[in-house]
Amino acid sequence: MHTETTNLNMPQATSRRSGSLWRSFLSMNKLTLFSLLGLGLIVLSALFADVLSMYDPLQLYPRHRLQAPGAEHWFGADALGRDVFTRVLHGGRISLLVGVGVALIAATGGVVVGLCAGISRYTDGIVMRVMDGVMAIPGILLAVALVSLFGASLTSIVIAIAIPEIPRVARLLRSVVLTTREEIYVKAAQGLGLPTYKIMWRHILPSCIAPLVVQTTFVFASAILMESVLGFLGVGFSADVPTWGNVMAEGRAVFQRAPWMILFAGLFLSVTVLTVNILGDSLRDRLDPKLSKNSKVL
Amino acid sequence: MLKLILVRLASTIPVILVVTMLIFLLLRLSSGDPALLMAGDTASAEVIESMRISLGLDRPLTVQYGIWLSDLLKGDLGTSILTKQPVAAMIMERLEPTFLLTLSVICLTLLIAVPAGAIAAWFHRTWLDRSVMAFSVVGYSVPAFVIGYLLILSFAIYLNLLPVQGYVSPFTDFLGFVEHMTLPAVTLSIVMMALVARVTRSSLLEILGEDFIRTAKAKGNTDRRVLWKHALPNAAVPIITVIGISIASIIGGVVVTESVFNIPGVGRLTIDAIMSRDYPLVQGLILFFSLVYVGINLLVDLIYVLVDPRIRY
Repeated sequence: MHTETTNLNMPQATSRRSGSLWRSFLSMNKLTLFSLLGLGLIVLSALFADVLSMYDPLQLYPRHRLQAPGAEHWFGADALGRDVFTRVLHGGRISLLVGVGVALIAATGGVVVGLCAGISRYTDGIVMRVMDGVMAIPGILLAVALVSLFGASLTSIVIAIAIPEIPRVARLLRSVVLTTREEIYVKAAQGLGLPTYKIMWRHILPSCIAPLVVQTTFVFASAILMESVLGFLGVGFSADVPTWGNVMAEGRAVFQRAPWMILFAGLFLSVTVLTVNILGDSLRDRLDPKLSKNSKVL
Repeated sequence: MLKLILVRLASTIPVILVVTMLIFLLLRLSSGDPALLMAGDTASAEVIESMRISLGLDRPLTVQYGIWLSDLLKGDLGTSILTKQPVAAMIMERLEPTFLLTLSVICLTLLIAVPAGAIAAWFHRTWLDRSVMAFSVVGYSVPAFVIGYLLILSFAIYLNLLPVQGYVSPFTDFLGFVEHMTLPAVTLSIVMMALVARVTRSSLLEILGEDFIRTAKAKGNTDRRVLWKHALPNAAVPIITVIGISIASIIGGVVVTESVFNIPGVGRLTIDAIMSRDYPLVQGLILFFSLVYVGINLLVDLIYVLVDPRIRY
């Protein structure tokens, strides 16, 4: 077997000692460190968007329309003369917010559904058929349809993106619950007459946490991607709200003359998704060596 | 084999039923009053009321669902609000570009990603392996529309080699079709290649560590023969699974790619339908895509049995 993970840095083994966080930080490989740095920069740039740029993301400068990137506008200006650098930084706020919101909702929903499926065969059958049905509808289409039907607000967009993600989390959790349920310590707890909810909470849920955390990272990445697709297709937040998807949508019409809108917003988007995916991979290697097998990258 | 197909076919029925219920509820709960929409803003109250009765909207929700479902079974997906054409016919009309795009993507992926993954596994932990895997992570993370515009920018605008956008049917002008299809097919296949290469590599790595591979090598087989005849067929099941999953996931990508490259396919039709709030058309299209998804999964399951005689249901 070509299992590449080393178990030397298992968090269980080191986390109780003081300074272990720093030590595990040092033992990370370069790629993970780089990704953490990249993602950190993007998060900081979103948080301090007001400080980093003196422009207002909504302010129009008609004389600067479609100005190329330069000293005045670092990422150029869009068709209305708004500063693209400022809009991209502010766009990061919304994208990251949507990502966090979707990750939280999808994780919670997935845990609830996954545990329900694990309780009894009867609920398992019903719940998983519904999940199969949701999974059969292409995620982007479901999200686009939900947003266009219920109107585009932060809440509706987060929920619309989260719904197609729930079955993916739920399926994973269900499989963990079903295997854990067969463990001897769970059988022992059952034999001692512990009520089901206590067994779920104290014996089954803890073994779900590692795969859940890893899966939530990937949900976060795909939610950010999905939000930008919504914006790009023109069904996301209203057009003046600065989001990465909206900046790219505005860039579509003038792409041949002014490609910088799509390029810079696309760069921020791609780097975010890429770093989150790499971090998710290395998180999986640390928390869940069984899962990682040979899928480890680089 | 026939029994197997029948059993597997029967197992799709509950999924399809759930999908129809979800789609029905989704559109009914959200679209407000379809009669009002169809009759238009200027219609009088009587006209709207008679519309409501003729559409069956005065009856309970379950009865409405039953009627809709029985119409579906007859192949009647309803009528578009905007064009007044039958929805099924509108979808059929736009099918050609989407089908050919998807087919080109699948061919490209199989031709490039499976060999790439195999090479990465064979030259495990060398620079070849690392570059294939690096491509895989990047390809998986960079969104299709960013890749699409980068390709347009470099190949169509700066190098002026290929047309920027549009679609030409291969039945009228084959060369034009290839020219127009190259960039969208590459754009869409990058995500799929990333997934397939990665899974090919990891499942081959596992197989390459098995005893029978050592035996095959010891018997004096060439490396190439060991890889293609002994290892790859045994690693086929996860590879086919991921191909099935990624075909399903590029359905969403089709929508985006068709918008970027202005291809008049089913994906564009979907966006147009959603933008113009043509609910029967949206309903029909989502149902269509879901059926394609279920169909692909069914096909993948059947291929398993053909490829791997150990699998029995």
